[in-house]
Amino acid sequence: MTPRELFIQATYLAASVLFILGLKSLTRADGARRGMNQAAFGMLLAIVGTLVNHEIVRYDWIIAGLLIGTVIGYPLGLFVPMTAMPQRIAISHMFGALAATLVGIAEYYTSMSHGGVEGPKMAALGFEVVFGALTVSGSFMAFGKLQEFISGRPVTYPGQNVMNIGLFAATLAIFAFLIANPGHPFLFYTMVVLSLTFGFLLVLPIGGADMPVVISLMNSYAGLASAATGFAIGNNVLIIAGALDGASGFILSIIMSKAMNRSFGNILFGAFGSAGGLASTKTATGLTVRPISIEDAAIQLAYAQHVIVVPGYGLAVAQAQHQVRELADLVEKNGGDVKYAIHPVAGRMPGHMNVLLAEANIPYDKLKEMEEINGAFTNADVALVIGANDVVNPAARNDPSSPIYGMPILNVDQAKHVIVMKRSMNTGFAGIENELFYDPKTSMLFGDAKASLTKLVAEVKNV
Amino acid sequence: MTGIAIIELYVFVLAGFVGYLVITKVPPLLHTPLMSATNAISAISLVGSLVAAGADRNRVSTILGFVAVTAATINVVGGFLITDRMLKMFKREDRPPQVKP
Repeated sequence: MTPRELFIQATYLAASVLFILGLKSLTRADGARRGMNQAAFGMLLAIVGTLVNHEIVRYDWIIAGLLIGTVIGYPLGLFVPMTAMPQRIAISHMFGALAATLVGIAEYYTSMSHGGVEGPKMAALGFEVVFGALTVSGSFMAFGKLQEFISGRPVTYPGQNVMNIGLFAATLAIFAFLIANPGHPFLFYTMVVLSLTFGFLLVLPIGGADMPVVISLMNSYAGLASAATGFAIGNNVLIIAGALDGASGFILSIIMSKAMNRSFGNILFGAFGSAGGLASTKTATGLTVRPISIEDAAIQLAYAQHVIVVPGYGLAVAQAQHQVRELADLVEKNGGDVKYAIHPVAGRMPGHMNVLLAEANIPYDKLKEMEEINGAFTNADVALVIGANDVVNPAARNDPSSPIYGMPILNVDQAKHVIVMKRSMNTGFAGIENELFYDPKTSMLFGDAKASLTKLVAEVKNV
Repeated sequence: MTGIAIIELYVFVLAGFVGYLVITKVPPLLHTPLMSATNAISAISLVGSLVAAGADRNRVSTILGFVAVTAATINVVGGFLITDRMLKMFKREDRPPQVKP
């Protein structure tokens, strides 16, 4: 090993260690920033190490790419609003997978013009471009649906599953053939195109509310594509970083699918997102809801000792996080305490709601995850549900015929009083009636969450 | 299968195992920063892109490498910046919240 080789490998090893330490720092909110800065430093080391590689003989295109990437990446890092985080992450999965796919194609092309590709390398390249290409198109679709330039509704047509599975099987068949006979460029590029098409079709039938699972899955695939790149070019730091990313996305998809009451097999085969079509088994006939005035709600909150706020996606849509914080400050000034019950799928990606509330300056020790807070509802004077529906539906616990039966929910129905802020009596995305709304201790506060909260704040001040 | 390929497989499996152990300990509170962090870290595929763009092997490799360098750099720069921006917002109660400018 030459000194230069040694230096390069040392930077890669240091980068790998710093990446793992960086992820480890994310197990606690304190110190996480420093850990991630170290990981960023590791990345810098690896880049410097690569640039002194003797294989690199020209720097014009490299400098151009680094400059353009920085110019695009900088605003994507600093100016994208926190509410847009899901689509921002989706598009970055696309960029990551795009890089892996293109490197794979370049590697195949170069090897073919230098006497061909060996079987094992073909296997690595195949994984790289198949995972990469389907992540590129799948993430683009997820981005489009979240950004809403593609309809967020599930798009279905007859024979969809058969077609998708057929397409995927064809891709795999070509892949298997190529491992045995790598010298068929036409088949290689066909495989890339098929995989790209499969990514589009895979995400097409998935509705906006299921995006947390899709984003997590794409996170995992992008990581696996990076790891495969490492196998193809024989680079351990890529393998390590890709494996970390792949594991992370995989774990998050399992957590998300459990929180949504979907089996993981269901997700892997892409047959999800059609739950919206299930009919409600319980109807609201004969039941009445109790609307509440702003004044009465304000009085309840002003004299409450223990308040639990249950934020849902409706809160994020209404951009009312700061109003929630103002209201909580007033309750605390009156001697009460306020906690936030965060369901794992509140928001459009894992952990999204926590970020939105942290942005509104709500201290993170008040943000409680489901298992931690569920026991505290019996003691809560008021549970304030803002724009959440299915995640507080008791049917998940006590109605075996309900489509969401078995889904873990927040035990809001155990609180002494419940105030539900909601635009209208429309059902949630699963199209199911929520008996919580008809519970005698539940009061409904209809209207836009932001407007209602602003009025509530003014009213609580007057109490 | 060559000896090197076997070692690479070991690295992959063990790194995945480390990832599993570490990431299951990350609280749901930080799942969004976790995802943006792993996304930034996996942009290490930039290393492969740099070689493709700079080794001057053929025009196809150079051009595809250039696009890949651009895409990966977007994730490196944007990914670490946005992760830091999110982590910066998470504050404890006992520390007084910073005054907004």
